[in-house]
Amino acid sequence: MKIGITRFPGTNCDYDVEKMVQHFSHTPVWLWHQDKFDIQSVDAVIIPGGFSYGDYLRCGALASRSPVMSSVREFAEKGKPVLGICNGFQILCESGLLPGALTRNEGLKFIDDWSSLEVDNPNSFFGSRLQKGQTLNLPIAHGEGRYWIPAEGLKKLHDHQQIWLKYKKNPNGSMNDIAGVMNEKKNVVGLMPHPERALALWMGGQDGMEFL
Amino acid sequence: MKWGIRIMPREVLLDSQGRAVEGLLKQNHFQLSTCRVGRYIELDLQETTEENAKIEIKKMLDFALYNPLIETYTIERLNL
Repeated sequence: MKIGITRFPGTNCDYDVEKMVQHFSHTPVWLWHQDKFDIQSVDAVIIPGGFSYGDYLRCGALASRSPVMSSVREFAEKGKPVLGICNGFQILCESGLLPGALTRNEGLKFIDDWSSLEVDNPNSFFGSRLQKGQTLNLPIAHGEGRYWIPAEGLKKLHDHQQIWLKYKKNPNGSMNDIAGVMNEKKNVVGLMPHPERALALWMGGQDGMEFL
Repeated sequence: MKWGIRIMPREVLLDSQGRAVEGLLKQNHFQLSTCRVGRYIELDLQETTEENAKIEIKKMLDFALYNPLIETYTIERLNL
């Protein structure tokens, strides 16, 4: 399978995601932020973490309006799978492909730690082997990971089983302990933790192996 | 024609920056009830009428400058 990996100025988890993709014998395809791409040329898209455009204006705001994201939007609208990790999750929320927003951590600190997560609703493409209620341990590294959505939006997330992952111990003040969400069609997903940083025991854990 | 745009976090949202600054000021014995922190953007436009300038600014706001889910804005004409 060919998996597109977006690159913006400031993306810094691109090689980690490339390794994850190769680990599962898929072919990584780089997608440059200034270029649109043929949506037939890849089977899935991953938007890696980092600090795209230096987090200027709002995290993910500038990246979400870049040419590559217009192709990602077109790709997503066809029902094709898109995963956003950390800054990638912020970009997807800013682009409106995922509901809600990621705001500054409650304690203002940048958190770099391991987090214990629970699968609220499994996704059929990314992490399809995961079971509802399963516990995972993944690294987190973010300053703006506090998920927020208005009350009516939160109700919709619950009603449509769009909450993907929850923190077992909330690290950042995220609403309802949300660590990852899906769109209504479930083909676009985003999470703040980093599965690509947990692929082997020497990395501290290998629960990231469940995500492709 | 120069314009200023004040962007503030919505009241319903926890303004963690504002809360931290408020805490700092209070710890240092300044008298205040609350503090909120937003951002300010200056734009210099070629538009000759206020009406057209405001239409353009609104387009820019909707395109990228603010996130309606978490922020509100006010626009003001600057005489610089």
